[in-house]
Amino acid sequence: MSRLGELLDRGNELIITGEAPVIDGGTLADYEAKLAELAPWCDAMNATDNTSAHAHASNVAMAIAMQRVGVEPILQVVCRDKNRIAQQADIMGAALHGVENICCLTGDDVTAGDEPEARRVFDLDGPQLIRLANSLKEGRYLSGRKIDPAPSLVIGAVENPATHPLDYRAQRAAKKILAGARFLQLQICYHPDRLEAFVAALHANGFSKRCAILPSIVAVKGAGPLKFMHSSVPGIDVPAAVISRVADAADSAEEAYQLVLEQCQHALSLPGVRGLHLTDFRKDSSMGRLCADLGIRPRSERESRANDFALAN
Amino acid sequence: MGLIATIEHVIKKPIWDCQMCGQCVLHDTGMTCPMTCPKTLRNGPCGGVREDGNCEVKPEMRCVWVKAEDRSRNLPLMPADWREHFNNLRPPVDNRLKGDSSWKNAISGRDKETPPGWTPETEAPAAEVEA
Repeated sequence: MSRLGELLDRGNELIITGEAPVIDGGTLADYEAKLAELAPWCDAMNATDNTSAHAHASNVAMAIAMQRVGVEPILQVVCRDKNRIAQQADIMGAALHGVENICCLTGDDVTAGDEPEARRVFDLDGPQLIRLANSLKEGRYLSGRKIDPAPSLVIGAVENPATHPLDYRAQRAAKKILAGARFLQLQICYHPDRLEAFVAALHANGFSKRCAILPSIVAVKGAGPLKFMHSSVPGIDVPAAVISRVADAADSAEEAYQLVLEQCQHALSLPGVRGLHLTDFRKDSSMGRLCADLGIRPRSERESRANDFALAN
Repeated sequence: MGLIATIEHVIKKPIWDCQMCGQCVLHDTGMTCPMTCPKTLRNGPCGGVREDGNCEVKPEMRCVWVKAEDRSRNLPLMPADWREHFNNLRPPVDNRLKGDSSWKNAISGRDKETPPGWTPETEAPAAEVEA
């Protein structure tokens, strides 16, 4: 079983996932170098599926590349570009190469990308895709055709705790958990109160025991990416006070680091949170400093010794 | 399009902007047609809803699911089980039914047929989770 699957089974240890950089050309060695900053801290990393509706090397190819350089992949599967037949083929194809972790997303619309004229597919939606992956895991295609042996899959999903309808987001997360999601990577959230309410609702109803809740952290280096996310990434709202805090600081890069550190500390302080999903936009060796400040040891140490990070619950 | 489908379309198009998917779930989605969502999502809003509650794809349009969620709670005269069904996991669309009368398919039960590999709902939906 995958390391992520084992951690989920054990039920009470810190989990760190990360967003792997996309691949646009180059060799495996180039890619290994790109992964080197974040990978040592992560239990598994996302092999993304045409992020923000931009074409890149495919999710399956990326997952296989990651395995070849010793990084455990989480195969992202979105609903935007492929119908249910192709989605099943991708999951089964990746499973053939030993990829077990699957993260099911609805996906950004084509209009979020650089080819907005493309046809959008959305044959399935996110919750349906989770259930579909669950069917594969149970040994059958959607058609009912048998798969023997069934692939060993560790199924997860995403949710945005910070956008509307706010009171409904935890219910939607619960729907995904009931459909078979065992981990939930959250969208980056710049409203701590919203993240708290979302996690508390899932925790109060026992859903955080069945599913690892992993809030996203985006390590930014200045106000630019904050402004970009606010204006250009659907579903992300960055309050003006957060942007000006970083923009107006004497040392923006350091202020941005402190913001990210506080976000991590806040997320990890919430009962029901199992770990973090990290994205590194700084690319300046800050990940080691961040993990050291949080008291998170590298994966290799967490693997070989007891994973003793004190979670809030 | 047959006679029944034509009558259905004439009635439902002006009121709900019916897209004639042939497997109507309006009653479970706050009397709001999920097929008018640009992503045709049948199981709730995507993560791209804007801060003003409008659609990721069409910024001038209210998110279909923000509307649906509000109506499922607040629309008067709706039977209680219609409200409760809001959280159900609705199965994938059967694309063969597009253009058919959903009334006809509801009476025959055709609209309830799911692919053999689709796992049936084994647990109650999560209506009790409240933020």
